[in-house]
Amino acid sequence: MENLGLIFAPLFSYKLLIVLFFGTIFGLILGVLPGLGPTTGGALILPFTMTLDPLSAIVLLTAIYCAGTYGGAITAILINTPGTPAAAATCLDGYPLAQKGEAGRALGMATVSSVIGGIASVIVLIFFAPLLANLAYEFGQPEYFALAIFGLTMLASIGEGSPIKNLIAGAFGILISTVGKDFMTSIDRFTFGINELTEGIGFIPVVVGLFAISEMLTQSTLINQIFNRVALKAVKLPSIDDYKKTWKTIIRSSGIGSFIGVLPAEGGTVASLIGYAEAKRWSKKPEDFGKGSIEGIAGAEAANNAATGGAMVPTLALGIPGSATTAVILTGLIIHGVRPGPDLFREQPEFLYGIFGSMLIANILFFVLGFFGAKIFARITLVPNKLLWPMIFAVSVCGTYSLNQSIIDVWLMLLFGVIGFFMRRYGFSVVPVIIGLILGELVEGTLRQSLVIFDGNWLMFLQRPIALTFFVLSLIALSFPLIKRKKKNDKV
Amino acid sequence: MNDVHNEKGTNKSLSLFFKSSFIVSAVIILISSILLYFTFTFDIVPPILNRGIQPATFPKALLILIIALTLLTYFISLKNPWKNEKKLPNSFYITLFSFVVFITVSKFLDFFLGIALLSIIVSYFWGERRFAYLIIVSIIFPLIVFVFFETILGLRFPPGIITNIYYG
Repeated sequence: MENLGLIFAPLFSYKLLIVLFFGTIFGLILGVLPGLGPTTGGALILPFTMTLDPLSAIVLLTAIYCAGTYGGAITAILINTPGTPAAAATCLDGYPLAQKGEAGRALGMATVSSVIGGIASVIVLIFFAPLLANLAYEFGQPEYFALAIFGLTMLASIGEGSPIKNLIAGAFGILISTVGKDFMTSIDRFTFGINELTEGIGFIPVVVGLFAISEMLTQSTLINQIFNRVALKAVKLPSIDDYKKTWKTIIRSSGIGSFIGVLPAEGGTVASLIGYAEAKRWSKKPEDFGKGSIEGIAGAEAANNAATGGAMVPTLALGIPGSATTAVILTGLIIHGVRPGPDLFREQPEFLYGIFGSMLIANILFFVLGFFGAKIFARITLVPNKLLWPMIFAVSVCGTYSLNQSIIDVWLMLLFGVIGFFMRRYGFSVVPVIIGLILGELVEGTLRQSLVIFDGNWLMFLQRPIALTFFVLSLIALSFPLIKRKKKNDKV
Repeated sequence: MNDVHNEKGTNKSLSLFFKSSFIVSAVIILISSILLYFTFTFDIVPPILNRGIQPATFPKALLILIIALTLLTYFISLKNPWKNEKKLPNSFYITLFSFVVFITVSKFLDFFLGIALLSIIVSYFWGERRFAYLIIVSIIFPLIVFVFFETILGLRFPPGIITNIYYG
């Protein structure tokens, strides 16, 4: 807690402020554009971050994360298409309200509730992440293995896709991490005689391919889609009456979003859906939901932005991504040589508190930019896909090539783009692949080292209380979707 | 009558093989099986040097898990069929073809030319017909990106007919 003062350090660094400003603007643009969003945008920007120092790079990515999550609401309200998956629930009431001629009020409520949710979650992050990191001091290799397994089993209950498909995708991600020289014995695995593969498959080609290129292929199937656009005159601050109606919803959704965000592999999409459902459940006028309820917008937006700080908790404290975008941020940390975990809190507090402070400032920045610039940002959706995506392709290709100056990386990016497209087409989420890829080395490394410690006795895992707790939680995480499905079937 | 019934039955069982769940599951299992075969070709560490498990054990376990989960998904799909996906439009195949053009041109002619060709193909076939915009997308923007990466990030692009002119 003695490091709390470091939170304000970014305010005194002109360099970080500039990075924050550009990150917020870039995040808003990405959030507004359907199909892009902070995850794909973060993946695209990753190679550029190599020119920055680690703190500036992560500040840039987190600013994109915060602003991009909010930016999705602008498109959700004005063209009934969520700019990001996390804004899907915002469409339900945002667009009907905009159709009634109250687009400014809808955007105002989305902006205010997003900021409150975002700031609440950063406060959770500031107090909860160090506690979790302290707990992680007790962890040895077996505990980390059990934790990584828990993180992976949480994929079963991730928002989109069936639980089993998510697990297949997660296993595929781990499999990708095994390509190259085995780190313990230096034996080649799945290299097929290609020298470039001995170092393994990098994060960037996989991330850019699965998000940006697969989205480009998806957009190629939607070129005739027409959006109905609602005109926006100005963003209005919600009235006193609106605040009276929604303050409880905003607080509740901020709590829900922060909690959901902390759970490994969950994220803004799940948070906004639960936030919306709870807002409806507690509302005095549930019949208004879906017809332009201001509470519906507040519930969804406070929750999805609250998930941003929450998702950073396991990412920074344990190195387990809390969401798709934090998986990209974690990739950024790794390629900058920063290993998240308890040691980071002890050895580099100024780095961590710089991130916390930057997230707070990003929330305030997107409030100002969103409030005064939403009209301009909304116009970005007018850029036609036939011009936008070839440009994104050029950036993706050069960005991927830039990291190792390897043409093989570019080909891998295209390959993963095609794989990602077909995965999404047949209901497999691509997020578990990234999480699997990130956790793959941790899972295999800790498993093998644990077996060395246990002299090959697998049952010894069960004699470690923390590891056993995570295994039990993993079983619960695996069985939860099955119980949910059974309940749903029983209802039907 | 019996013949008709049998024919219908045959069609029903045949149609199972054309369902997306069957095709996707078959592709995953086939690729996983091939990769599983390759794990048996990995070098084996002598017991005296081996720490924990063999390097092939972990990928083998993963592949078996993928195959088992895929089979499970397939059997579930028999009860709860996957939703039918729409046929892919021509624009998708053209975009995919442009990837092949990019790979071929960037490998044998020039990296920049590959990007320019892909951009013009995608933009044109996605509906852009205005010449000025096609030039912006296929030449001016890639040139800006190229110069940005080359000067600010200090990147050296692979040699090619256009890149060589740039590098003099």
